[in-house]
Amino acid sequence: MSALKFENLNVWFGDGRDRVNAVRNASFEVQQGESFGLVGESGSGKSTIMRALTGLVPTWSGRMEVNGKPLGTKRDRAFYKTVQMVFQDPYASLHPRHSVDHVLSETLHLHGFRDIEKRIERLLEDVGLGPSFRFRYPHQLSGGQRQRVAIARALAPEPSILLLDEPTSALDVSVQAEILNLLTDLRDEHDLTFLMVSHDLAVVGHMCSRIAVMKDGEIVEVMSVEDMRALSPEHPYTQHLLKASLGYFRDEEEPGGEPLTGTA
Amino acid sequence: MTDLLEVKDLWVRFPTRRGIFDAVRGISFGLGRERLGIVGESGSGKSMTGRAILRLIRPPGQVEAAHIKLDGENLLDKSEAQMRKVRGERISMVMQDPKFSLNPVMTVGDQIMEAYRLHSRAGRAEARKRALEMLEAVMIRDPERVMRAYPHEMSGGMGQRIMIAMMLIPDPELLIADEPTSALDVSVQGQVLQIMDRLVKERGMGLIFISHDLNLVAQFCDRVLIMYSGRVVETCDAHRLHEATHPYTRGLLNSLPRLDAPRKRLEVLKRDPAWAEAPSVGPEA
Repeated sequence: MSALKFENLNVWFGDGRDRVNAVRNASFEVQQGESFGLVGESGSGKSTIMRALTGLVPTWSGRMEVNGKPLGTKRDRAFYKTVQMVFQDPYASLHPRHSVDHVLSETLHLHGFRDIEKRIERLLEDVGLGPSFRFRYPHQLSGGQRQRVAIARALAPEPSILLLDEPTSALDVSVQAEILNLLTDLRDEHDLTFLMVSHDLAVVGHMCSRIAVMKDGEIVEVMSVEDMRALSPEHPYTQHLLKASLGYFRDEEEPGGEPLTGTA
Repeated sequence: MTDLLEVKDLWVRFPTRRGIFDAVRGISFGLGRERLGIVGESGSGKSMTGRAILRLIRPPGQVEAAHIKLDGENLLDKSEAQMRKVRGERISMVMQDPKFSLNPVMTVGDQIMEAYRLHSRAGRAEARKRALEMLEAVMIRDPERVMRAYPHEMSGGMGQRIMIAMMLIPDPELLIADEPTSALDVSVQGQVLQIMDRLVKERGMGLIFISHDLNLVAQFCDRVLIMYSGRVVETCDAHRLHEATHPYTRGLLNSLPRLDAPRKRLEVLKRDPAWAEAPSVGPEA
């Protein structure tokens, strides 16, 4: 059984003349324990798929299933116990006047847990923060530490599916490595299924086993990470994206990579 | 070769409640008509260096240096009025996000023409002609329409190209680009860089390219300074960046996920307090 299933998903914003079709006829499945990546440029609809799944965008049609159960217009508590999300910008997604303890205990309380004390300690330990971080406020944390708190908050209801919306694009590369390693460890420990959105093909290639490429709201290609590494995708847009992400090349390559010296 | 820009022993300080914070700590470098990259993590002082050169650091921040020489003239000796003639006319700066650096209530055309007329005393008709040429030079289709448009009608990539047009129209000798492409998609990024590269080369300008993206700098620049906690820890030729020797540079390079070399776990940078204490490497190191 697949953990997530999307069939002919359409998502739109606005009405009549102003209607924008943000996602068009998207179909894909994510198996249990799999990590699936969505890549594309800004505006291609990759985050919108996640937002529709979590119930943040009500205007959608088609079919979405979580663990075989179809989703309606409302999400119940059981849904949020199964599916949790980590957002892009840890500076924006944590309440500036709630301490780490407050953020975690509120989430645990809402999900009906009793042993909140013990669970907070465990969660902090899981994401590599010591107990000393428990009563800090977001402004007393670095970007990487904040993202760790956001991950702890997402893990609090013990979900089996984690949605990651550009989880490291606001972070420095050295911190990105720490967070990606943490996510890999947590995936193994808790048997998590990941759906990950990123514009960075190298990050998605590191984390995911299958990747869907989106353009203008449509999925143009689904490929395995091996195909992506072998640079053998079929769709010209995927080729273009891969080439662009492999780096900038000057119009005329200087032989032997000699630097251009000053002519002054 | 005489240097276009020479920075010697530059310090940027900010007083805080817990004493003086040194954002940039005694760095020196020279720049000819070449592309110099400055890389480092957030907080390493790379943007502060760019701002200090233009004397854009406002009190209570303090800038101190033995000298910051542009064509042999010390910028620190100039009055604020003289500095305004340097900014834009001789040194320009392109910032990270066009959304915050363009005036939202002025048409694109008026903004570019203003940039030109401030420094050239040209008439409206001539400024208009130059602005259109400049928009064409940054590969904007239908420049007539773009001249009449407001910044919010532009995409991020177009906005950044407009910024570049505006910064290059007074024909400066030096362009400082502070993360000019990090708000853009990868495919647009390539376009913007190509345009910048071509213009800088054609006009024989110097370029300081500030970025956190090591691969980009390695491919785009001629020479690279690597900054860590306000100091330059290593300088090298850009195409040799992947052979860099400093443990900090190596750590940064190894922490990047790579498509061509998959690994189970990424290497995590182990910071050594000694890196921050060691003196900056000088211009000829």
